[in-house]
Amino acid sequence: MSLIAITEVRKRFGDNEVLKGINLDVDPGEVIAIIGKSGSGKSTLLRCINGLETIDDGEIMVAGAHLAPDDAHLRALRLKVGMIFQSFNLFPHLTAGRNVMLSPMVVKRVSAKDAEAEARLRLDQVGLGHKFDAYPDELSGGQQQRVAIARALAMQPLALLCDEITSALDPELVNEVLQVVGKLADEGMTLLMVTHEMRFAREVCDRVVFMHQGRVHEIGPPEQVFTNPQTPELQQFLGML
Amino acid sequence: MSPFTTWDILRNLLFAAEWTILLSLVAFIGGGIVGLAVLFARTGRNAALRRVSMVYIELIQGTPLLMQLFLSFFGLSLLGFDVPPWFAAGLSLTLWTSAFLAEIWRGCVEAIPRGQWEASSSLAMTYFEQMRHVVLPQALRIAVPPTVGFSVQVVKGTALTSIIGFVELSKASTMITNATFQPFVVYGLAALVYFALCWPLSKSSQILERKLNVAHRNH
Repeated sequence: MSLIAITEVRKRFGDNEVLKGINLDVDPGEVIAIIGKSGSGKSTLLRCINGLETIDDGEIMVAGAHLAPDDAHLRALRLKVGMIFQSFNLFPHLTAGRNVMLSPMVVKRVSAKDAEAEARLRLDQVGLGHKFDAYPDELSGGQQQRVAIARALAMQPLALLCDEITSALDPELVNEVLQVVGKLADEGMTLLMVTHEMRFAREVCDRVVFMHQGRVHEIGPPEQVFTNPQTPELQQFLGML
Repeated sequence: MSPFTTWDILRNLLFAAEWTILLSLVAFIGGGIVGLAVLFARTGRNAALRRVSMVYIELIQGTPLLMQLFLSFFGLSLLGFDVPPWFAAGLSLTLWTSAFLAEIWRGCVEAIPRGQWEASSSLAMTYFEQMRHVVLPQALRIAVPPTVGFSVQVVKGTALTSIIGFVELSKASTMITNATFQPFVVYGLAALVYFALCWPLSKSSQILERKLNVAHRNH
């Protein structure tokens, strides 16, 4: 059974329909890259999955949790999927460690001692165990993004949504974040990532989704999508035309 | 020659100033508590509460404090309640303060970037948890200087309560003038007392602004 089931999802911003009936099933442990031009609806799709945007039509299920606009449903769903953002969005008034500890303590009522142990483990996992007491503005962009990943992992999600997580980084910092994500993929984490890192998508992902004008235009394993694109839109996007 | 010395006048004004201070504290603390509740209603997810709190803020900001004092003093009497001036004064100043503080604080809450709300939402926090742990701690930094600055308005606002007969600094000045026939001396001294109360507040607001800005730059 699929972990994330997206069925006929439609989303409008005013008169502009940005998602025109999306269908996508993600299996547990699958790593999926969503590519496409800006404005194709890929970020919006990701934000719909954990309820940051409401959907106008269709259905989204994550591990049996149904997307509905009320607080109880949203909370149940968000306990199953974590999200990482382009702009990191660390809490600037808290140290790296406290950023990771906050949600387990507040949402799951984990004791401070257990939350700290978990936070140290997660920060080690992203290679930042030594930065536990550093504030976000004392960290580089790459380090901040890795703390954000640790923060999402501390909630023990079944899947992670990554919204262009390397787009705000200086080129030399991109790799340290991609390495962490690659390691997660190896460990079997389900990942759904909007990305412009084509090489990474090719090497790490199981399937690549090409979105165009609010639809899933082409979908398939990376070799097929990158070396043998079927549609002129994808060929053009990949610079083959 | 008046039988009252300047010291007599000042001493009596200082006694009355205690009531100005007390009323300011009541209005500021009460207004802070009510204002926090209005803030949650105003920035929360419930559309009806947002609407109600908006109307509340606009009504209070859109009418003179003097009218609010009259309405609570005479209005409540009409309804059959025996309202002492101190109660009407405390009530109207508390409500007046709450509306202004809620609006000042709303600006501070809305100055927190949307990404902070989205990140904490994604971590499954509820609105109250987001406010308590993520938004308010950051909003507090920017809220302190304007809040302390507004307390000056509260202190000066207490002068209006003299109209409904609450004996604080301004009412006492009028009474002392009636006895001494030295309005310039009396009101001049009263103004100095007000200034002595307000100036440290606005000064500390400035200092806090500088201090908290520095802190903001570091973390």
